[in-house]
Amino acid sequence: MKFVDEYRDPTAARALVAQITALCGDDQFKFMEVCGGHTHTIYRHGIEHVLPVNVELVHGPGCPVCVIPMGRVDDAIALAREPGIIFTTFGDMMRVPGSQGNLLTAKAEGADVRFVYSPLDALQIAIDNPDRQVVFFAVGFETTAPSTALTLLQAKAEDVANFTVFSNHVTIVPPLRAILESPDLRLDGFIGPGHVSTVVGQPPYRFVPSEYGLPLVTAGFEPLDILHAISMLLTQIREGRCEVENQYSRVVREEGNPRALAILAEVFELRPHFEWRGLGFIAQSGLKLRPEFAAFDAERRYQVPGVRVADPKACQCGEVLKGVIKPWECKVFGTACTPETPIGTCMVSSEGACAAYYTFGRMHRDAAVTLGRRRQLTP
Amino acid sequence: MCLGIPGQVKEFSELHEHLARVEVSGVTREVNIGLLEDEQLKLGDWVLIHVGFAMAKIDEEEATQALDLLKAMGEAYEDELEALRSSEYSSESGAT
Repeated sequence: MKFVDEYRDPTAARALVAQITALCGDDQFKFMEVCGGHTHTIYRHGIEHVLPVNVELVHGPGCPVCVIPMGRVDDAIALAREPGIIFTTFGDMMRVPGSQGNLLTAKAEGADVRFVYSPLDALQIAIDNPDRQVVFFAVGFETTAPSTALTLLQAKAEDVANFTVFSNHVTIVPPLRAILESPDLRLDGFIGPGHVSTVVGQPPYRFVPSEYGLPLVTAGFEPLDILHAISMLLTQIREGRCEVENQYSRVVREEGNPRALAILAEVFELRPHFEWRGLGFIAQSGLKLRPEFAAFDAERRYQVPGVRVADPKACQCGEVLKGVIKPWECKVFGTACTPETPIGTCMVSSEGACAAYYTFGRMHRDAAVTLGRRRQLTP
Repeated sequence: MCLGIPGQVKEFSELHEHLARVEVSGVTREVNIGLLEDEQLKLGDWVLIHVGFAMAKIDEEEATQALDLLKAMGEAYEDELEALRSSEYSSESGAT
């Protein structure tokens, strides 16, 4: 229990672990944490090591950087190479591999690629450079999409003519449904995402218990929050209940943020299909700009290649994102694919399961043995 | 990139209804509060900031806990803070 001593309230953590142990008894449970922030907490704080061995956590598709398919990165690079364009994006996107390099290599080859902290920074760059076209490569779930939407409303209000958005925003519910429909995986419940839920609230998750008979508990990001959510999931199962519950009520409200949802609906509409890395095409899972914002839509203003590119054969991000395999079970984990030279997206962002696993190195003994053996074999 | 960083509202902009100056880990910068328009934010309130926007109103205890957790993250938090500090939007030219 050495990790527990590092938690904010070790006594409470011990009590939760004891409760979880008593609740699960001899049965096996498999829960998926949807959110990349949770994945980070779980690895950073060694939560897998304090849980009883019969409670397994699998890591879901909730890292927005990890789910961007290669073809969209290639589209981004093609946009960045358009003459005269200033191409802006979040720092995490710079190293996401496309089929021919990434945005950093495009920058090294002369493209004007800049990383920004906020979409508002990208808009400011456009205002400061009226003779240049500025494209913002937008990624993220409903957590981030309202910020892009508000930036677009501001661009429209201020009539900024040289600013466009290449939208790769996605929504959280369709991939959950895709995972629930996947025959590869048997789950006993979900740890629901924290920050996304501040926007969407709890009602969108109700299909999980009502259609698939599984509990979902929205959780905060502290180790104690994760432990508490697991104990709430097990309590539901033991009491024969199956509901959406909110462990993170100190931040997440039942109805979410209606203002943010209204702004999202004003600016974006659902695409018929959007491709997800490892999950393939998912209907109504991506957001594009509404026709009223056509002037700000990079996909309408520029020729975007839009070519679908298959993931590299060696990369198993798809299986990792669906929770079918653990990061260390991927053939290239820690050898050909590392945070310095990622092959797959899960190794890029600190919220990606592979990068989190690699960085914190607190792996199960069998994982360490497998890796050690593989490293010896790799020249 | 999904980090939410707690900050405390210090001043509302007179020039732009959606802007406030918010103190984040000792640095004061402009934050867009347009997504919390219905919250009637007051000076001294705590908010969770994501990519330059306040995304949720939180209480002080939650802010303290969230900050402690972020500090424990080390590098990822330092990178986010650095990005926030160096953000062009926080410069005076971006204040309107």
